[in-house]
Amino acid sequence: MSAPHDLPGREEIEAALRGHQADYAELRLETGESTRLIYRGRELEDIGKASSQGGCARALVRGAWGFISFNDLRDLRDKVALAARQASLVGREESRLAPIPAAVDDVPARVVQDPAGVPLAEKKRLLDEYNEIIWATPKVQTSNITYSEGRRQVVFASSGGSYIQQGRLDLSARIAVVARDGSEVQQAGVSIGSHGDYSFIQGLHQEVKGLAQRAVDMLAAPHLTGGEHTLICDPVLAGVFVHEAFGHLSESDFVYENQQMKEIMVLGRRFGGKHLNIVDGAALPNLRGSYKYDDEGTPAQKTYLIREGILVGRLHSRETAAKMGEKPTGNARAINYHFPPIVRMTNTIIEPGEAKLEDMLAGVKDGVYAKNWYGGMTSMEMFTFSAGEAYRIRNGKIAELLRPVVLTGNVFTTMEHIDAIGNDLDVNEGGGCGKGMQMPLPVSNGSPHIRIRQCLIGGKAP
Amino acid sequence: MTPAALLEQARRVAQAAEIYAYSNLETSASFEANRLKQLNTRQTQGFSLRLIVDGRIGFANASGTGGQGLVEAALETAPFGNRAHFQLPPAQAHPRVSTWDSKVEKFTVEAMAALGQSMVDQVRQHSPEVMVDAGIIKNAATIELLNTAGLRARYRKTTFSLYLEGTLIRGTDMLFVGDGESACRLIPDGRQVVEATILQLERAKRQAPAPKGKVPVLFSPRGVAAALVMPLMSAFNGRTVLQGASPLGHRLGERVFDRRLSLWDDATVAHRPGSRPWDEEGVPSQRTPLIQDGVVANFIYDLQTAGQARAKSTGNASRMGGGLLPTPNASALVIAPGKVTTAQMLKGIKEGLLVERLIGAGQGNILGGDFGGNVLLGYRVEGGQVVGRVKDTMISGNVYEALKEMAALGDQPEWVGGMLHTPPILCHSVSVSSKG
Ligand SMILES: [Zn+2]
Repeated sequence: MSAPHDLPGREEIEAALRGHQADYAELRLETGESTRLIYRGRELEDIGKASSQGGCARALVRGAWGFISFNDLRDLRDKVALAARQASLVGREESRLAPIPAAVDDVPARVVQDPAGVPLAEKKRLLDEYNEIIWATPKVQTSNITYSEGRRQVVFASSGGSYIQQGRLDLSARIAVVARDGSEVQQAGVSIGSHGDYSFIQGLHQEVKGLAQRAVDMLAAPHLTGGEHTLICDPVLAGVFVHEAFGHLSESDFVYENQQMKEIMVLGRRFGGKHLNIVDGAALPNLRGSYKYDDEGTPAQKTYLIREGILVGRLHSRETAAKMGEKPTGNARAINYHFPPIVRMTNTIIEPGEAKLEDMLAGVKDGVYAKNWYGGMTSMEMFTFSAGEAYRIRNGKIAELLRPVVLTGNVFTTMEHIDAIGNDLDVNEGGGCGKGMQMPLPVSNGSPHIRIRQCLIGGKAP
Repeated sequence: MTPAALLEQARRVAQAAEIYAYSNLETSASFEANRLKQLNTRQTQGFSLRLIVDGRIGFANASGTGGQGLVEAALETAPFGNRAHFQLPPAQAHPRVSTWDSKVEKFTVEAMAALGQSMVDQVRQHSPEVMVDAGIIKNAATIELLNTAGLRARYRKTTFSLYLEGTLIRGTDMLFVGDGESACRLIPDGRQVVEATILQLERAKRQAPAPKGKVPVLFSPRGVAAALVMPLMSAFNGRTVLQGASPLGHRLGERVFDRRLSLWDDATVAHRPGSRPWDEEGVPSQRTPLIQDGVVANFIYDLQTAGQARAKSTGNASRMGGGLLPTPNASALVIAPGKVTTAQMLKGIKEGLLVERLIGAGQGNILGGDFGGNVLLGYRVEGGQVVGRVKDTMISGNVYEALKEMAALGDQPEWVGGMLHTPPILCHSVSVSSKG
């Protein structure tokens, strides 16, 4: 196997890793190309191409890490040595990494429909069509459309004997509509993405039309009074909920060195009802968070986090797994070569239950039905996530449109308050996760409809 | 390839062209769980090429590839690019702005490690049960701009940042405290950050029920940054105005805010992370009043948005680190202080909230001026006293209502994260909802 075009060859890379005063060392080299189109209003405001080449070296000495990233790919050996020297300045403990099998592999990018085969003019024509639909809607003030495609080739090699090449084609887009009436301004948007299939952006005409109309309708929609409400989330929003409310808490870099956190996140703790099952895994195929190996060379897996309401697992890097006496799960990811891998989610899913949406609605006299997402954030215990679309539920029926709502909760109570889980799993591919400085990392979230009792929703006081 | 050689290559095929070249050397020491865990070094270098062909803008960025293929890539995008509404600026006088401190460059990793550890230890001395993460980051950057109008400019900038993040867990209750500071010069001790963190720990010792309904809310400087700045900056951005999406777009010269409120953007203040002699397309830096005594005074523009709006660039072009076409962005924001001490402001609150940190603040209708979120760190104020930390609480408001008539403007401004200089602001009435 040879390295991709422009990157140093396998022999050079492997030689650069040999003979350092380090307990472990790795190199990750990368080439990438991306194209983006950004509309603000009627005009294509920004169209640009970017190419990038660089790498990083990471070394572990007596429990501490040294990390060097660079654009200049010469003298790789010196870079590994510098990483080892930095680590040795810090290290005072014992290095511990969970063992993984050495892998030598070449994983080409998943490409279903290749955007490289679609001329730039054609991409622009399609986005122009969507923009025309938006602008043909009365009371629309402006639009924002972003499309981006990124192609990467990554070579990972470690002193543990792994040499892995992986390709990746990631596609994402956001379409947002701003409506205005006097001083009232409202926004509606949709985020989508795909792992390797350009067709994700095609055929959205009806959806865009609905989006534009919704932004306009929101102008006249009433505000919800803030407070506790019964909430039904659609699969897209429920996916964001599971990511924010629980997913980040299961990333064990928050847990592994904190005794109190370990007590809170002890395996066997009950978080929800028997109907609640949550998994994460890059081994779930063909989604934006899917891959064969993570950025430490650990094979991707599917990890149960919650089974029948009980905490049964968590997400690991090699270091967090070793320190907690558990198995690595293949969740060490870096957004690019400028960053070391950290524990991240991949594809996070609430598994479907048995409830039908009609039955979930039927049990609600007065509540909120929320769809789509705008954003989400967590501080572990508390989280917030915002719906792109919200309706009142009156006497078991979806009633009038409301202004968008921001929901908040406390993981230790809100998860228990999920009292119904639907049978209609759907996966949202529009997500980009941020942690530390590393964002947006491609992830996907999935869920069926879920119902949450006593969910705190922000809003004007009565 | 050198920037000059790339520019020559572009000049042959374009009406106008510009090369923006950047290189950074960043070193950081990261502390996890009370001790030094990682040393990082990050070397970044790259070029951006913007060119104009048949009146349209093409753009490409390259990092690590030496600029090969850059001109071809930019040319490929130009036929689809936006129409250029500007001329590239020629060489011209620009203000002297202090952005370099050789002490930052010379500060060793050993010194960074010692500084970080002393900050961690001071917090742990106050509260031994707190788990502390911290970071010391230093960066040295060179920014170079060349264009076919004759501009050849270059400046260097150091930045030095430090932060503390403390976590205190009791049962399932988690308390997050912390602060950060950033400047273009060495911050020799972490005193300010440590003191702010310890004050938060003190105030959060007890829990208290959140007030409900519409109550007075005092935003600390950090709280002002978390809640109020994002919707304001969206409205003052010339691009938002141009799109007709700013609630302030047609209100230039009108009094929209409290008379005591003045806000300006100033890239010429010494030693701020956003400071610079010229913006990222070569327009000299300036101080731009945005709100003057409550009156909407200006919007911020780069060359393209200014051309479209028939206004002048305010020197606010930003490339978000190098890889994007310039867009208008604030550099260093300053809110003029008022006359009321924090103690006096607290004294006047019968029942209210003091807000320091929010999560989810960017998720509401920012364009429309809404602010809000879950109060990650905030305290109940009762009878003029901070009585304890609130939990499971959301605030929600709108800047145009909250800042129309302020209850009080503090007299002690602080830099928040190096980007905003603001005093505390007391608002009469903000909606608060909470559990139970
Ligand atoms: Zn996330």
